[in-house]
Amino acid sequence: MTEPRSHRPGLYYPKLPTTWWLHRPAYVRFMLRELSSVFIAIFLVVFLVQLYQLRQGPEAYAAFLAKLRSPGWIAFHVVALAFALYHSISWFNLTAVVQVVRLGERQVPPWLVAAANFALWAVVSLVILFFFLLRG
Amino acid sequence: MATRKTSEPFWWGLFSVGGVVAAFLVPVHLFLHSLAVPLGWIPVSHARMQALVGHPLIKLYLFVLIALPLYHWAHRFRFILEDVGLHALRTPIAILSYGGALLGTAATLWVLLRI
Repeated sequence: MTEPRSHRPGLYYPKLPTTWWLHRPAYVRFMLRELSSVFIAIFLVVFLVQLYQLRQGPEAYAAFLAKLRSPGWIAFHVVALAFALYHSISWFNLTAVVQVVRLGERQVPPWLVAAANFALWAVVSLVILFFFLLRG
Repeated sequence: MATRKTSEPFWWGLFSVGGVVAAFLVPVHLFLHSLAVPLGWIPVSHARMQALVGHPLIKLYLFVLIALPLYHWAHRFRFILEDVGLHALRTPIAILSYGGALLGTAATLWVLLRI
């Protein structure tokens, strides 16, 4: 009889240089996609602080908005917006391939699923934008 | 081969939902609250903003908008660090990432319930 193994065997990881993803455009795009989440998370934390400042009163809120007007924060948020858009575009294109939508016997072509997602995205964004434009 | 039970599907589910929320809602809110409002392109007064955020349904909306994409971040951040070769630190990285998202969820609840 063989003894049961005391611990599970370690997983094998090929040794790759830290910069392996720079070698092909597709890998760079993959890394940028992953990295977009970091920019989105930082925006969300800043936004949460912004909401917290609301409660601290009009002066604190105005002071926080003034901070966001500084060139550093504007530059960061412009870059973050580009990453957020990249996430949305790649996400809709990707889910259209992964998520198979059927109508009866026929499969809805992925490009149509993506188009529907893009259309919904545009409508949702415009509704939110106009909500603030008209009722702000 | 024995299959090991892991919490992977749970975190992956949150990753996926967070990805959807981020894709649909983050760009417009980022543009609004981090660029358009501070720069005065779309003026939203403190009183107006506070009245909006005070509404229970808006609070629920903001909770979804802020908390769920944090799990999306956690999952991706975890694999960025592993992908650049930090396999030895697998467990601490997972704890840091998902722990960060949980902490963010608690902070979001705390802020929204106090406004």
